[in-house]
Amino acid sequence: MYDIESLYQATSIADAVSALAQDPEAIVIAGGTDVLVKVREGKLSGAHLVSIHELHDELDGVTLADDGTVEIGPITWFHHVTTSPIIQQTVPTLGDACDTPGGPQLRVSGTIGGNVCNAATSADSASTLFAYGALLDVVGPAGARTIPIEEWYAGPGRSTKARDELLVKIRIPKDRYEGFSGYYFKYGKRRALEIATMGCCCLVKLSDDKTRVDDIRLAFGVAGPTPMRATGAEDGVRGLSVAEAAERIGELAQADTSPRDSWRASKEFRLQLIKEMSKRSFIEAARRGGADI
Amino acid sequence: MDMKILTCTVNDRKVQVGYDPRESLLDTLRNRLNLTSVKRGCEVGECGACTVLIDGVATDTCLYLTEWAEGKEILTVEGLQAADGTLHPIQQAFIDEFAVQCGFCIPGLIMSTVEIVNSGKSYTRDELRKLLSGHLCRCTGYQNIMNAVEKAVEFCHERVGSEDEAVTA
Repeated sequence: MYDIESLYQATSIADAVSALAQDPEAIVIAGGTDVLVKVREGKLSGAHLVSIHELHDELDGVTLADDGTVEIGPITWFHHVTTSPIIQQTVPTLGDACDTPGGPQLRVSGTIGGNVCNAATSADSASTLFAYGALLDVVGPAGARTIPIEEWYAGPGRSTKARDELLVKIRIPKDRYEGFSGYYFKYGKRRALEIATMGCCCLVKLSDDKTRVDDIRLAFGVAGPTPMRATGAEDGVRGLSVAEAAERIGELAQADTSPRDSWRASKEFRLQLIKEMSKRSFIEAARRGGADI
Repeated sequence: MDMKILTCTVNDRKVQVGYDPRESLLDTLRNRLNLTSVKRGCEVGECGACTVLIDGVATDTCLYLTEWAEGKEILTVEGLQAADGTLHPIQQAFIDEFAVQCGFCIPGLIMSTVEIVNSGKSYTRDELRKLLSGHLCRCTGYQNIMNAVEKAVEFCHERVGSEDEAVTA
């Protein structure tokens, strides 16, 4: 039995938003894999919950808009992101990333929107959504607005979405994924049921002859208090040959990031991970794009 | 909180049961429906001991509020045995391969195996490992468990191929 004060099952987006507005202590529960764990730990004891678990019609599933924008409903399970044919054709690296949290049972409860709203730096989908430059649509009492993922994170576990706003869609426009190949690298001590010690997503767009880096996006989880892009490293290797870029990206990424000591890993180890994982992720992403390296 | 009534299908039977909205499905299945094959393990979605099928999907019930089970179809190990007491081939495979030590993780593993068998697909041993990676066996009897799962999948698929008998529970 969970220590929750109230549980309201919303019947629509509008109903959920009004329930959040009426009770100033109410918070959203979707898949429950973060919220219920926190309730159990006591961090959210006595929680007032507004459940959007059953809002499948409005908030579940992946669709492709006419302009090529990938639209993901926030309560889409990790597993359904991974197995979606649309995801596999357009943003496959996001599908790979969503195949890494927890184990199979967790991935059919945990949702991609919950992963974003939880705002943990270690969230497996976060660095990849960052690299793809996702747009996050929220609805609140004051109406709807779109928050680019670069402006989403306010600090560890905190987002710029207000408590009474509901994430209703995650969008990735076509120009942010077209022509890119990518790789998500999760480092943890186990291959399942593990929180990332470091997560790294690299997306690259190669020149027509597959030898030069025309564009690159390198994003990390756990390299700082929030997920982040390593823009210095990106600028440093853009335009270089694939081989040169692979040589330089690791150290450039180290200079961009500020990991911390925690019981999972020391700062020094994390810096080593950043260097090595940037390089390996870049090489794998470039190979997937057709580079011979 | 005021009690509510859950209406759903459990092991092929329509069930109505009173519950407290603070309950997880694990609480309700164990404490109100006495389905004690559903084990209370870590309660944070890491060990897989509380796994049941919800609408055919292997799910951790510790992180699943009973409220969400309204109208759903739930299958636990208690629903696998035939009416005459014959074990399900998956259960039999676990016995044949000596896959059970203390037994605590086994009901969850069996339910994930039911999901695997129901998919109708064949898997490599590595793929099976990944599909079962949401279960922890603290006796660390993984090798025999893998053998049992492999055997169960093979047996069930052959049976579908050779006879008209349905293996889905």
